[in-house]
Formats: sequence, C-alpha cells, structure tokens
Amino acid sequence: MPGAELGGKRLDFVQLIVSGLANGCVYGLIALGFVMIYKATEAVNFAQGDFMMLGAFFCLGFTNADFMGLNFWLAVPLAMIFMGILGYVFDWGVLRHMSGQSQTSIVILTIAVGFILRFVAGTVWSHEPVSLETPFAGVNLDFGGVVLGVNELLIIVVTIILTVALFVFFSRTKLGIAMQAASQNQLAAYYMGVPVKRIQSLVWALSGVVAAVAGILFASKGAIDPSSGLLGIKAFAAAAIGGFGSLPGALVGGLIIGLIEPLAARFAPDGFAGVARIAPYAILIIVLIFRPGGLFSQTQKKKV
Amino acid sequence: MSHAPLLEIKNATQRFGGVVAVNDVSLHVNEGEVFALVGPNGAGKSTVFNLLSRFHTPAEGSITFDGNDVLKLSSDDVPSIGIARTFQNIELFEQATVLQNLLVGRHRHRKSNIFSELFFTPKARNEERQHRHAVEQVIDFLDLQAYRDKMISGLPYGVRKVVELGRALATEPKLLLLDEPASGLSVEETQDMAFWIEDMQKQMGITILMVEHDMGLVSAVSNRVLALSDGKELATGTPAEVQSHPAVIEAYLGTSGIQKGGKK
Repeated sequence: MPGAELGGKRLDFVQLIVSGLANGCVYGLIALGFVMIYKATEAVNFAQGDFMMLGAFFCLGFTNADFMGLNFWLAVPLAMIFMGILGYVFDWGVLRHMSGQSQTSIVILTIAVGFILRFVAGTVWSHEPVSLETPFAGVNLDFGGVVLGVNELLIIVVTIILTVALFVFFSRTKLGIAMQAASQNQLAAYYMGVPVKRIQSLVWALSGVVAAVAGILFASKGAIDPSSGLLGIKAFAAAAIGGFGSLPGALVGGLIIGLIEPLAARFAPDGFAGVARIAPYAILIIVLIFRPGGLFSQTQKKKV
Repeated sequence: MSHAPLLEIKNATQRFGGVVAVNDVSLHVNEGEVFALVGPNGAGKSTVFNLLSRFHTPAEGSITFDGNDVLKLSSDDVPSIGIARTFQNIELFEQATVLQNLLVGRHRHRKSNIFSELFFTPKARNEERQHRHAVEQVIDFLDLQAYRDKMISGLPYGVRKVVELGRALATEPKLLLLDEPASGLSVEETQDMAFWIEDMQKQMGITILMVEHDMGLVSAVSNRVLALSDGKELATGTPAEVQSHPAVIEAYLGTSGIQKGGKK
C-alpha cells in the first residue's frame, strides 16, 4: 500500500485494540462465572476455565462436520443447555454433599474436576487443536481500511448483550433477586422463602451457561484444545483485579487483561517479548497492593 | 375456645447430644394473641423458635399451624404458610438497601415468570408496583422513610432491628415470631417497639409469638406468657400470674440462691 506509514500504524492499532477487547470479553465472561459462584457459595471454581473449554467442545461436537454436523445456530443453544445441566448436576450431585467442609477442600476438588474434564474432552474429541466451524469464520469487514474480523466484533456484541441480560436478570427477576439474597445471607434467605440449596445449584447452572458462551466465542476466533481451559487462570486474575465480589468488576478486569496483553507485546522493547505474558499478573499485583479488595471492592470494614 | 388455636405445639422434645433443650413442651397460641416465652438463658426459648422455623426437627411431638403440619415443611416453605420471624442477632442482607431488604420480603408473593420480568412487560411492571406499594406501607408504619435508600451495613443497631421487623411484615404473615425484639434497644426504642407490637396485633390482626427478657415489655403487650426453665414449662398465664408464680420466682431468683447457683 502506498499510504503513509503513520496511517498504517494507526489502523494497525485499532485492530490491536479490537482484538484485545475481544480477548478481554472472553476473560471477562469466565471471570463472571468465577464471581457468580464465589458470591453464591463462597467457593472458587478453579474448573471454570475448563467449563469454558468443555462448552466450546460441546458446540464443536454438535456442529463440526467430523462429528454431528448440526446447524451452528442449533449447536450453540444445545451447548449452553448441556453446560447448564452439567453445572447444576455438579452442585447437586457432588458439592451439596460437601456442605460443611472447608473451602479449601472444595477448591481442590474443583482443580481435580478441571483435570478430569481436560482428559475427557481430549478422549472424546481430540487432544490436538481443532477449529470450531462457524458460519462467519474468516469473514472480515472493511471499515475504510481497518479490517476487522466478524468473529471479534461478534464476541464484543454478544458479551454486551449477555451483560445487559444478566444485569436485568439479577436486578429484576424473582430468581435473580433470590440468588442475590441467598448469596448475602443464607439464613435470612431461607426465612424469606428462598430455597437456598436449589438456588445455589441454579447459580452453578447459570455459570455453566456463561462458560459455554465464553467457550464458543473463544473457539470462534481460533482453535481449541483441551488445555485451553488453563486460560481460566488469567480470568481468575481478572476477577481478582475487579474485586472478587463484583460482577461488573469481573468484566472490567477481563477487559484490562485483554487489552494489556497485545499492547505490552506491541510496545515492549526488543528482546522483551515475554512482557506480554507477565503483564496481566503484574497488573494484578499492582492492583492488590494499592486496592487489596480489587477495583470494584464491595467489602466494607466490619463494625464491632 | 370456640375454634382451634392458630398454632399448636404438642409435647415437643428436642435433644442436643445429652442435653434436653426442650422437654415435653406444649403450648397453643390463639389467633390475634400476643404470646410471650420467657425464662432464664438456656431455658429453651430460642430452640422452640428454631423448631417452629424448621431449623431443627424435634425428636418427639407435633406442631400444627393454621391446619398445616409444620414438621412436614422445609425452612423455605415456612413463610408460605404465613409465618415470619426475626432473629436475636439480626439477619439482614448487608450489601443492600433498606428498600431492597423489604422487597425481598415480598418474595413469596411474587409470581415468577422470568420472561415477563426480563422484558419488563406491563404485567411485570404492574406487579412490581404492587410490591413497592406494600413495602411503602411498611416503611410508613415503621417510620423508616429516612433510611429507605441507605445500605444496611452503615445503619445503627436500633434501625437494623426495625428494618428486620419491617422485612418480616412485608411477607404479610399471620404469625410473627419475634426473637428478643427489645434486646439492645434504648428505653425509647423499646417503647416504640411496644407501640408497634400493639398496632400489629390490633390494626393488622397479626398474631405474635415472642421471646423476650424485658419483663416490662412483656407485661405491657402480652396477653399470655409461658415461662420456661431448663427446657420445661414452669407456668402459663397472664403476665401477672406468671410473674407471681412460685416456680417462676424460684427459677429466676432461686429459693436458696447459693446452692442453686453452684449447680450450674
């Protein structure tokens, strides 16, 4: 292209930001799952990243020609439903029997579940990276020289829609309010008529659904393999940056990490390419030092 | 009595290991009555409340309320038959406003239809308006206007106590269980509580069962009183009758104080 080099750089920069935002949306959605479960049950689900991976593989299994070959737009809701059921059954069948155990044992259990899911996904689908066949794969839109992938734009749009839907759900619906009540005070929630145990299972179901959406979005812009779930660790950092009890915080944390990665890679001095990998955790440490409760901290000092 | 009592507990016994917290206690509360449970610490008053709200299941005995077998229900079903309670140690939703806490009290009256709620259809909007109206009446009744949009975590103790009462009222109960409504309140606040209890009984027609140590409040508002000690019923009657009952005086003061005190 004969255009000025500066102009080219600016376009390049826009693409960088969009792609960072798209990544950040995926991190944010996984972080959302962490925070929902943490708020409802005070447990941290370290398998949340693997839930995302499994959701992607469900969708891939339903739609890819090598597997069932269903229509993509049918495969998406099916994957969401399957992950919702999986989340519910995991809480109902396993965690409910562990009530009264320490949070540590629940955390370790979720780490073990993550390993199992990775193995199962590898056995059922593939240990090698596979791409999800989407109707919009490789389709780009040209905005006056800025070429953006439809998949990346779709990730951002879907995340916005899902966020608004969740906000309305938690603030307006009977079920959403019951979930908030149960997360703030179980005893009081019981005596307001909230079936706390069932509500907790439903929170797990909801976080399974959100994980499926995150997984499908993630797989739509590249290949997926069973160890993709490990990016849950980055999402965990996102949740901590946002403040572990805050849903908007989780999303913002995800976006910060998503943006910092490509920017650090781009502007790192020569020979320091590793900076991009460290950057998310460096930000985490800085946030935790200066705002230990996270950016959107909701904890208040206890009154005595 | 021409008709059956609203609440009837028959021969309830509850053990915790070797301790008999409630020992063969029977009581009935008539509709429209204010009934108080009194007794020294550890007498089993709170355990009776926890049996009623299905926190514990008694080893023996039966509990019926308004034609329902309470022991067949789970904790979260208890509000649906018209029983609401407050807690000795105040259990509120800390990270929410007073208004939001009271609105959770409307939970059992909400007709769930997630789609009309998500899209805020006229039907859902109309229902929301009704719940808000009900909650505003409670706010007016308890003089909570000044705190409507304040977070619970920043409120003083006395106000929280009133908010918890308001949340119980928002469920529109037939029977209200008050666990030490006056504990931690100033003299003035206790007086307000006494007025509210009277108003709830006389104007709203709510039956009240309360556990309370403040005998002044008990005498002022209760129709009948049951005194418990060591899980056993000592006496039942009007506040004056119970206070002058020899067994009650003995339980509180001891006939030969030193011996009695040395036992526990």
